[in-house]
Amino acid sequence: MAVPTTAAPAPRPIEARAMAEPAILGHGGPPPWLRRLGRISLTAVAVGALVYLFIPIVVVVVFSFNKPVGKYNYVWNQFSLEAWADPFKYPELRDSLIFSLKVAVLVTIISVVLGTLIAMAMVKYRFKAKGVVGTLLVLPLTMPEVVMGFSLLTWFVALSTSRGYVTIVIAQVMFSISYVATTVRARIRGFDWRLEEAALDLGAKPLRVFAKVTFPLILPGIVAAALLTFALSLDDFIITYLNSGIEQTFPIQIWTLKKSRIPPQINVFSTTILIVSILLAVIGVWLGFRRSKKLGQLNP
Amino acid sequence: MAESDEAGAKPNRWHTPYLLLLPGLAALIFFFILPLFSIAKLSLKGGGLSNYPKVLTDNWDVIVRTFEFSGLATLGAILIGYPLAYFIAMRGGRYKNLLLAMVVLPFFVTYLVRTLAWKILLYDGGPAVSILHGLHLLPQDQALLGTDFAVVFALLYNFLPFMVLPIYVSLEKLDRRLLEAASDLYASPQRAFRKVTLRLSLPGIFAGTLLTFIPASGDFINAELLGSDKQVMIGNIIEKNFGKEFFRPELSALSFMLMGLILVGVLVYAKVLGTEDLA
Repeated sequence: MAVPTTAAPAPRPIEARAMAEPAILGHGGPPPWLRRLGRISLTAVAVGALVYLFIPIVVVVVFSFNKPVGKYNYVWNQFSLEAWADPFKYPELRDSLIFSLKVAVLVTIISVVLGTLIAMAMVKYRFKAKGVVGTLLVLPLTMPEVVMGFSLLTWFVALSTSRGYVTIVIAQVMFSISYVATTVRARIRGFDWRLEEAALDLGAKPLRVFAKVTFPLILPGIVAAALLTFALSLDDFIITYLNSGIEQTFPIQIWTLKKSRIPPQINVFSTTILIVSILLAVIGVWLGFRRSKKLGQLNP
Repeated sequence: MAESDEAGAKPNRWHTPYLLLLPGLAALIFFFILPLFSIAKLSLKGGGLSNYPKVLTDNWDVIVRTFEFSGLATLGAILIGYPLAYFIAMRGGRYKNLLLAMVVLPFFVTYLVRTLAWKILLYDGGPAVSILHGLHLLPQDQALLGTDFAVVFALLYNFLPFMVLPIYVSLEKLDRRLLEAASDLYASPQRAFRKVTLRLSLPGIFAGTLLTFIPASGDFINAELLGSDKQVMIGNIIEKNFGKEFFRPELSALSFMLMGLILVGVLVYAKVLGTEDLA
C-alpha cells in the first residue's frame, strides 16, 4: 500500500520524531487537554509508586532513632540516639549478622563458579540436552520458596543430615545457581569467542588465554551475578529458615526475637546495611563509568 | 526456546559442554530434583493418592485465600508497576538509571525488616489508621492490622520491584520506530499503545507476573506479621508445622499440590499470553 505522502501532515524531521514522546505521536486521537491529562496522571502514578516503595525504608531509618515504650519498636515515642550509641546491646543480633555474612560469602563463591560454568556451556556450545538444561535452570525460579525449602528439608531428614551451616549454604546455592547462570548468560551472549581461538593461534597457552581473554570478557557478568547472589543470600528467609536447624541468620534472629521484643537496634543494623549498600552501588557505578571512559579513549 | 543465535558451533570435543555443566547440574539434581521426589513419595505415605483430596478439602479455605491474595497482589503490581516502568523507560531520559536504582532500593533492607516497617505504618493508632480515621474513610473501631487489605498491600509492596524490572526491560528493548510506523499508518496513540507497546511488553508482564505471583503464593511472612488467624495462607500452615512433624504426609501433599497448581497455572498463562520463551 502506498502511503499518500502529499496528503500527510507536515513531515517532521526524522530525529525530532525519533525523540518525540510516543504518546503524542499519531494522528487524530483525543484533544490536547486530554493528552496532557494522560501525561500528568502517568507521572502522578509513577511518583506515587516511587513514594510507596520509599515509605517503609524511611520508616526503618527514622525508627532507629526511636526510644520505644516497652519491648516493641512499633510506635513512635521520642527521638533518641540510644540505639546508635549501643548497637551491640543484643549480642545475638551482631552474631547472627556475622553468621549471615559467612553464609553469603561461601554461597556467592560456590554459586558463581557453578553458575558461570553452566552459562559458558550454554552460550559457547551446541549440545543435545540444551533444552532440558534450560528447563532445569528455570524450574527453581518457578517454585515457591516454601516448597523448595520444605522438600529439601524432608530430603535432609531422609538422609539423616543434621541442619546447620552446611545445609543453609546448600539450600541457598540451589536457588542462586539459576540466577547466576541467567545473569551471566545474558551478559556474555553474542561475544566474539573467536578471540580465544585467535589467542591460541598466536601461541598462547590455554591457561593464559583464559586469564587474558576469556576472564576479562566474562568478568562484568560475574561481578553482577556475585552482587545479586550476595544480596539474595543476606535477604533470604524462608528457604534458610526451613533448613537452618538451630543456627540463626540475621533474618531468622529477627523472626525469633519478635516473640519477645523488637528493639531499635534492628533498625540500626538495617540502616547501616542500607547505607553501605548505597555506597557500594555508587562506587560500582563510578568505577564502571571510569572503565567505560577508559575504553572509550582506547577505541574512539 | 530459540538458541540458534548463540554458539558459533565450534569444532570442539562433544563432551566439553557436559564437563562444564557437570558440577552445577549434579548439585541441582541431588539437592533440588531428588528432594522433589522425596516430598512426592512422602506425600503418598499412609493414605496413598487419597491424601490429596483429603488435604484439599481440609484446607480448602486456606488454598482459595492463598491464590486470592497472591492474585490480587499481582494484579495490583501490574496496575502500579506498568505505569512506573513505562514512565522510566519512556520519560526517564538521563535519570533512567537513578530511577531504576530507586526501584531496587527496598532490596537493600531485609525483607523481614521491610515488612515490619509496614507493621509500624499500619499499627493501631499509627499514621495510616489515624489519617484514615480522620478522613472518615475507615470506621472508628476498625483497625488495619489483621485485615486482608494489610496482607495484600504488603505482599504487593514486597514484590513490586519484581514486576517493574522485567516490564521496564521489555519496554526499553522496544523499537521506537514501530510506534512511528504505527503513527504514520494513522493509528491513534491509544491504538498504537494497544497494538504495539502493550503487545510487545507482554513478555515483561508475563515474567513480572511469575516473579510476583509465585513468591507471593508461598509467602508466610506478610500473613504472619500483618494478618490474624483469618489471613492464614498455605505457607503459614507449612511454617507452623514443619518443625513438629517432619514426616506428616499432609504437609508434603500440601506443598506438592501448591507446586503442581503453580506449574499448571504457569503453562496455561504462557498459552494465553502466547509467550513460549520462559527463560
